[in-house]
Amino acid sequence: MAGLLSALRTPRGIVTVFLLLVLAVLPLLTQAFDQRYLLSVSTRIVIWSIAAVSLNVILGYGGLVSFGHAAFLGIGGYAVGILSAEGFESGWLQWPVAILVAVVWATLIGALSLRTRGVYFIMITLAFAQLVYYLSSGLAAYGGDDGLNISRSRFPGLIDLRDKAAFYWLCFVLLCGTLWFCSRLVHSRFGYVLRGAKSNELRMTALGFPVFRYRLVAFALAGAFGALAGILLANDGAYISPAMMSWVKSGDLIVIVVLGGIGALFGPLYGAVAFFVVEEFLPPLLDLLHRGWGEYWQIVFGPLLVMIALYARGGIDSLLGRRRD
Amino acid sequence: MHAAESIHFWVVAVTEPLLQADALVKRFGGLLATDNVAINVMAGEIHALIGPNGAGKTTLVGQLTGNLRPDSGTIRFAGRDVTRLPIHARVQLGLARSFQITSVLREFTTLDNAALAVQAHDGHSFRFLADARCDGRLRDLALRNLETVGLGPRAHTLASALSHGEQRQLEIAMALAGAPKLLLLDEPMAGMGADESRRLVALLRGLKERCGMLLIEHDMDAVFALADRITVLVYGRAIASGTPDQIRSNAEVRQAYLGEGVL
Repeated sequence: MAGLLSALRTPRGIVTVFLLLVLAVLPLLTQAFDQRYLLSVSTRIVIWSIAAVSLNVILGYGGLVSFGHAAFLGIGGYAVGILSAEGFESGWLQWPVAILVAVVWATLIGALSLRTRGVYFIMITLAFAQLVYYLSSGLAAYGGDDGLNISRSRFPGLIDLRDKAAFYWLCFVLLCGTLWFCSRLVHSRFGYVLRGAKSNELRMTALGFPVFRYRLVAFALAGAFGALAGILLANDGAYISPAMMSWVKSGDLIVIVVLGGIGALFGPLYGAVAFFVVEEFLPPLLDLLHRGWGEYWQIVFGPLLVMIALYARGGIDSLLGRRRD
Repeated sequence: MHAAESIHFWVVAVTEPLLQADALVKRFGGLLATDNVAINVMAGEIHALIGPNGAGKTTLVGQLTGNLRPDSGTIRFAGRDVTRLPIHARVQLGLARSFQITSVLREFTTLDNAALAVQAHDGHSFRFLADARCDGRLRDLALRNLETVGLGPRAHTLASALSHGEQRQLEIAMALAGAPKLLLLDEPMAGMGADESRRLVALLRGLKERCGMLLIEHDMDAVFALADRITVLVYGRAIASGTPDQIRSNAEVRQAYLGEGVL
């Protein structure tokens, strides 16, 4: 409680607490104002926040620009979808399997791609993600390019994922759990090694840290939480398709993290909120100015990103004042 | 310690140098950067490695630390053949180094830097939840190492805000974290003022009892003030090795340094 009160003394704390409180009671608000569409947008914001937080582990803390993160979402989603299509509808089976597959895949591609640096790392993670993308497009039995309608994971007696509000709250709780885990991770021994290797890899190696192993575990962790986001995404629309892991989605995730503030704990959350609010509300706003302009909302959004990259390196997070740590 | 083990340890300590490199050769294309070099460091000794620019000092140190792999030759450390061991494994055996170009984690505080160095020697770091900032095992020892090198009062300053001399002190505090048997000091005096150099000489002299040192240095005042033995490297070859007095009077060494007026 004391921590919460002291957090409320900084602009960052006020914004974060306010944001989390609004997200916590959102289904009540959307119900009161009869805005069901808003609830569905918010559900997506929360799910993509989880994905962005997981990307932030390797991109923000590890300094490794992974351009294939959406593949983990796809793997999570497809694991759920395929199991569901095959008649295994229990979430207790689907979810652990989905996360396990993502961790195994992350470990495999991490073991290869973490041997490269810089642009090569970006390219190789993209290449592996494209591999998964085309693989899923080729799964004719599971919808191929068109995707597949699935039935949602079942947790009998616990929660019905078809209930929009209940599903939203589940996503929100999982987002909080992910954020909590990351807040512990940053200052743990593991987090120090990961951030130290971002700051000065040569020094960390000279200190005696086998940096590669720590990065590989970070990569697998990010993959696991990415898969969690994918699981939720599949359950949100009761639908899976290759589009959920197209390279555009991987790019969106990087944009969300950069927009919110690389390496800031709540950065991905700010970034996801800003990204989806702009995506949802900028087109109608432009349409108000002139009919048909809405289609070109990215002409406005693009320069906005350039401005952030040029003048606000720390993203939205840096606009909220200096970080204490 | 077990009796047999302690006898073994005693034998190793007396009969074998801490670090023993033999017949090291390293080529870069047509350039013979290390030409059949043998060098050793005894426990509790400061062995200085000097030589003109381009003599191959850094290449030699790189092979000792594991950053470079020699084309041929062997390196033994603390009774083990480490020629093929990776850097981090050598560090775990007790071979620590400081860098020619100051290399600290600039975005971290001085204490964080020192604590990370301690952490590197305190088992694996696959601990994901406990706050390392509240970890007494890391912080206490880190603070003690900072005090040893005189950086106690600067513990909570960002490393990037330290002066050049202070960053070098921090390097040494970090190198001390694993209670190393041997310190490889790559030009620790580089870029230091006379005052800072004198302080560092005193600090290194005080550390001699704790660990052997291989000192690569251009500052001849520091070298002759500290070294028990000196090896001179010219064009990749060790042209002379001996006590400071022997080196001072060695004709070939005087030849190599002719005109530089440093000896």
